[in-house]
Amino acid sequence: MLTKVHTGLDPVPGVWWKPAHKAEKVWVAIAFGWCMVLFAMMPLWHWKGGQNPSGVRRRVEPKAFYARTLAFANQYKVGEDRGLPIVAPPPGADIYLVGLTFQWYPILRLERGKEYMLHLSSLDVNHGFSLYPLNVNFQVVPGYDYGLRVTPTAAGDFRILCNEFCGIGHHTMVGRVIVVDEAGQPVADNEAARIRRGGAR
Amino acid sequence: MTAPAASLFRTCRVTGRRIHIQAEWLVKANAVVAVVALLVGATAALLLALTRWQAVHLLPPEWYYRLLGVHGMNMLIFFIIYFEMAVLWFAGTVLLNARPAAPKLGWTNFGLMLAGSLLVEWTQWTGRADVMFTSYPPLKAHPVFYLGVILFAVGALLVVAQFFATILIAKREKTYSGSLPLVVYGAATAAIIAVITLLHGALIYIPTFLWSLGLIPSVDPQIYRMLWWALGHSSQQINVAAMVAIWYLLGGLTVGAAVLNEKVSRWAFVLYILFISLASAHHLLVDPGFSPAWKIVNTSYFMYMAVLASMVHGFTVPAGMELGMRLRGFTQGMFGWLRRAPWGDPGFSALILSIVVFGFFGGITGVTIGTEQINIVAHNTLRVPGHFHATVVSGTAMAFMGATYYLLPLIFRRKVAFWGLAKAQPWLFAIGLLLLETGMTFAGSFGIPRRHWDISFSQAPFDVAINPAVDLFMAMIGIGGIMAVTGALAFILIAVKSVFLGEAVTEIPRGTAMAGIPQGLTNPPVYPPNVDALNQELHAPGRGIAGATPGTLVLVGVFLLAFMVYYFTNWKLLSFLWKIG
Repeated sequence: MLTKVHTGLDPVPGVWWKPAHKAEKVWVAIAFGWCMVLFAMMPLWHWKGGQNPSGVRRRVEPKAFYARTLAFANQYKVGEDRGLPIVAPPPGADIYLVGLTFQWYPILRLERGKEYMLHLSSLDVNHGFSLYPLNVNFQVVPGYDYGLRVTPTAAGDFRILCNEFCGIGHHTMVGRVIVVDEAGQPVADNEAARIRRGGAR
Repeated sequence: MTAPAASLFRTCRVTGRRIHIQAEWLVKANAVVAVVALLVGATAALLLALTRWQAVHLLPPEWYYRLLGVHGMNMLIFFIIYFEMAVLWFAGTVLLNARPAAPKLGWTNFGLMLAGSLLVEWTQWTGRADVMFTSYPPLKAHPVFYLGVILFAVGALLVVAQFFATILIAKREKTYSGSLPLVVYGAATAAIIAVITLLHGALIYIPTFLWSLGLIPSVDPQIYRMLWWALGHSSQQINVAAMVAIWYLLGGLTVGAAVLNEKVSRWAFVLYILFISLASAHHLLVDPGFSPAWKIVNTSYFMYMAVLASMVHGFTVPAGMELGMRLRGFTQGMFGWLRRAPWGDPGFSALILSIVVFGFFGGITGVTIGTEQINIVAHNTLRVPGHFHATVVSGTAMAFMGATYYLLPLIFRRKVAFWGLAKAQPWLFAIGLLLLETGMTFAGSFGIPRRHWDISFSQAPFDVAINPAVDLFMAMIGIGGIMAVTGALAFILIAVKSVFLGEAVTEIPRGTAMAGIPQGLTNPPVYPPNVDALNQELHAPGRGIAGATPGTLVLVGVFLLAFMVYYFTNWKLLSFLWKIG
């Protein structure tokens, strides 16, 4: 029943297609079962879970996407911070965020508990959308519009880091998202975002 | 076909194997270049670790990003693939007592690879290819960078073809009987995956090369990412297959590990070939270009069949070692075989550390962050390098180092220099890496990006309030990095001293321990004459499910439990986020 004892260095003589011992069979069966659990979790989360990277995906000309973003920013602009418009779209709106070396444009002001359709794309190279400190990450690819339904669940003054290398100024690419609660807190103005260098608050 | 002249071979005085002299030189040349690449990559690693350790922050940004590209190329491509070429020449000829197919062509291909590597190094070091290892367009490098990669890949592909030809020659000339040894079968698996991988590489690097010359207008960035990762990730699966083959090799050499069942182990290798190259999807889970169904099928290697393969090897390798030890009389209790294993043999300690860290750290984190939704909290954060250092470095590189301690006396016929250091080296390297990987994984869980020069964001328009705990994790990366690089440099020192200035080994007397010769060669694991009867006895039905290898069954149980806890914890963390979809 068993093959002659040998190591992995030896050629295997004769017929080696022998039934496995029970211990091996049991482990293979357990491992297979676990693999099926791993597999089932993903469709299950699409059905029952709240966080899925599915979205609406289509190709887009980078310049056209940029133009759409500028129009969106002009339409809902409520203020300005560091030369970037603060944009407060109504709940349910299509909202646009574009990455370009080395900036996220514009600053978004969203309301807690409301759903938005967030469109992500890039004007030039690949960028990485990384919502800090929540740690929500998406790849931003030029020529592709990634539309994600998002519902912010907590108010706060968030940052968008770039986590895909995009050039020598990659580490300076930081954007801003403000989520306000029903009382309009935190206030989305220059004061709320301190400048680390230069001493100004 | 006539048998080749005997003078082309030498007979190994230790193992009695017939070794082809040209093949042996090809093994040596590839191994030496691999070590040089390791030295370059390790030097870069030290500087990078000291930059990300925010308290030191050593390099200026342009050199940080440049050396990150250099580190990736030298470690993931050059060091690993040159070593794998050495493994192919070794497995194809030495283990089969065979002559190599067209050794002269072997040298041409080696030259091609070398020329390609030097071109890549030139463009990277001179700032002509500041595009990282991944070179995602529209970031553009100098055309010579892409040309260098293509030359290297063509050379490697041709060596793989020579490996297959060598097996065919061995079969025809009947240098071995029956079926291929499992180790060679594993190496052949790696070679087949290499073909798939390198073809994808050609499919994407050739258009990108033409684009860099201005001959075609653009390369689609999303399609590039898909095809590039069919090279970039699948080539890591060459490493997995080669590493598992080395596990079986070192298991045999150090403790006489028995193959439990050829059918099971070989099927697991076949599963690698069938499914592992779908892994390109791991990098595209939060990309815009692909549907959820595509992502789920591909990221799971078609229902986790390649994970199943690794879990099978994760049982059969240690269980084979347990059985080998038990058959040689180390039968006390559940773990007597492990306690009395040759821990002083750096080949053995490297093997154990490779298996444990690859499985518990690399495997579990990899499957978890490669889950479609969980990738949202992992993509491009430091969790990703935390994972792959545990697989490629703690797993593959560690196994290759362990194998080197046997190649030095067997192929280079030199004693291992600095024997005391050699015994400590696997531990130093593994512990340093564990610190580094733990630091990276936790920092990444706090959202710290990979490939990022400055997480103090001192030049950014907005301040970023980083959790103070992150400083600790970044310091772990720095300190762990220093330890791991010290371990790598110790390995390089040992290898170079042994090869070029080492004491020649003419004969290895059996039974007396000797400094500079691993225990598996001075006291080779020999089965007693009645081994087959003992094996029957250990597998007697009365011993129940645990059978011959109860200790391993307990160990894999612990592994599965750790896997489940980590996996479901990540789902829980994901559920706290904004609603997205």
